[in-house]
Amino acid sequence: MDELLEILTDLHPDVDFETCDTLIDDKILDSFDIVSIIAEINDVFDVVIPAEEIIPENFNSAEALYDLIERLGDE
Amino acid sequence: MQQTNVLEYLEGTVNRLPDKIAFANENMGLTFGEVYHDSRAIGSYLNKQGYYNEPVVVFMEKHPKMIAAFFGCVYGGDFYVPIDAEMPAFRIELIFDNLQPKVMICDETTQETAKTFIKEGQNIEVLLYDEVVKNEIDEDALAKIRDRQLDTDPIYIVFTSGSTGIPKGVVACHRSVIDYIENLSEVLEFNEDTIFGNQTPLYFDACLKELYPTLKFGATTYLVPKSLFMFPIKLVEFLNEHKINTVCWVVSALTMISAFKAFDKVVPKYLHAVAFGSEVFPIKQFHIWKETLPNAKFTNLYGPTECTGMCCYYKVNRDFALDEVMPVGRPFHNTEILLLNNDNQLAKEGEVGEICVRGTSLTLGYYHNFEKTNEAFVQNPLNDRYPELIYRTGDLGKWNERGELVFVSRKDYQIKHMGHRIELGEIEVNVNLLEGITSSCCIYDKEKEKIVLYFAGEIESKELVAILKEKLPRYMIPNKVEKLDKMPLTANGKLDRVYLAKLYEEKKKEK
Repeated sequence: MDELLEILTDLHPDVDFETCDTLIDDKILDSFDIVSIIAEINDVFDVVIPAEEIIPENFNSAEALYDLIERLGDE
Repeated sequence: MQQTNVLEYLEGTVNRLPDKIAFANENMGLTFGEVYHDSRAIGSYLNKQGYYNEPVVVFMEKHPKMIAAFFGCVYGGDFYVPIDAEMPAFRIELIFDNLQPKVMICDETTQETAKTFIKEGQNIEVLLYDEVVKNEIDEDALAKIRDRQLDTDPIYIVFTSGSTGIPKGVVACHRSVIDYIENLSEVLEFNEDTIFGNQTPLYFDACLKELYPTLKFGATTYLVPKSLFMFPIKLVEFLNEHKINTVCWVVSALTMISAFKAFDKVVPKYLHAVAFGSEVFPIKQFHIWKETLPNAKFTNLYGPTECTGMCCYYKVNRDFALDEVMPVGRPFHNTEILLLNNDNQLAKEGEVGEICVRGTSLTLGYYHNFEKTNEAFVQNPLNDRYPELIYRTGDLGKWNERGELVFVSRKDYQIKHMGHRIELGEIEVNVNLLEGITSSCCIYDKEKEKIVLYFAGEIESKELVAILKEKLPRYMIPNKVEKLDKMPLTANGKLDRVYLAKLYEEKKKEK
């Protein structure tokens, strides 16, 4: 989780990713961020996020995103 | 008679297709008849209030009504200046300072914000779209305005990044827009059956590609919701749902779909024309598009805002190796590209020169800024016999062995990031203005497409980013911010950009 928080905080140092659960709804993340996050997750966790998982629900909070990484890592 | 006004496009179509949808979003659409009505009502009102040849700020949410408001300004003999509700306040203030507007058009959601930009003692009339379109149409007055208008009169201003920290307003007239739309339409083969999916914001010239051909041909434009550009499958589903067959998008919007392998799940069924520009298309991603849509026509476009929109095109007609760069091709009909070397002579094949543009496509220049205008719009150095302006783009290019123009790099610190044209200097000026900042320097990581900001000062990166978000548009916010104890200087005492670029590369490798 710390590694993920680091990726996110690098993009937006001013956002509290531990508590925020409206990253998409409140337009905190934009398309550039999504592209960067997916690339970084691939690098750091060696997890490829498939297109069908790139949906708002999975990116609204760091927690949701971390769940996704764990789920994909297990497969 | 020769066309001299962009509104003739609308008038030619509305009699034929009054009930066809012209501009739509995911919830609603405006027919050509409605666009015609609303825009003439707006024009009549502007005229009644005595506004003529004035900038009209259109401060609305991205919406079909915003487009009708644009044409309303033109009906009034005025020129529209689109402002986006998501632009940071500081930038809007700078734009208002430059414009000194007397009137603006808003919608329900933006009017409160818009009013905060009216300074004390300033008199700006605020119109609400839904109210102003109820005004009676004054046919007589509109006819008089039309009679008075010249094709060299302005129709819009769009603002582009300025290295001094102040955005520059590019003013365009009927004639250059008509020239652009005619030639673009021929190259991309638009027609009445064209259904556009618009991606670019309405506050840049990029949306001309959809707006005016829609009027000209009686086509239809869907404004694709911005949020879909984060979610590739939903995006392709939107294209299919609305039978969108033509897109003119920035490269990063297209590669987002291909890089995430969305085509394995869903394929754009109707798409047959794909135009892109503003950035280099990575060939690997291009191959994925080509394989997915083998029958679609792909066109690379190139051009600066100062020349109305795009001025060069390349219809992709051959294969490219992964390390090759797709050319920007050849100029549109009625436009010439002069490639000038350091001696202001024409560059030979393979020699790098500055891309300069000659022709009707040149816009009028920068609003309220003769100094900057005269720096970029200059006498053609190859012509010492009569006055003739060319626009110096600041882009470097060369002719390849096939006689195609190839973009090489920039002369200065201007970059293209996610389809946006950005002066790194504008970011630095804004950072340096902040209290507690000693000095700053931006570099651009082309490979990872990241703006990296180094700074020295008393505040932390976190605070800096938070403040910058109020000053600069979203796309200009650095993607990585690093604080240094002190900034490296060259022997001459200038910021050492080369050292910082090296430092950044080394850190990247360590990871």
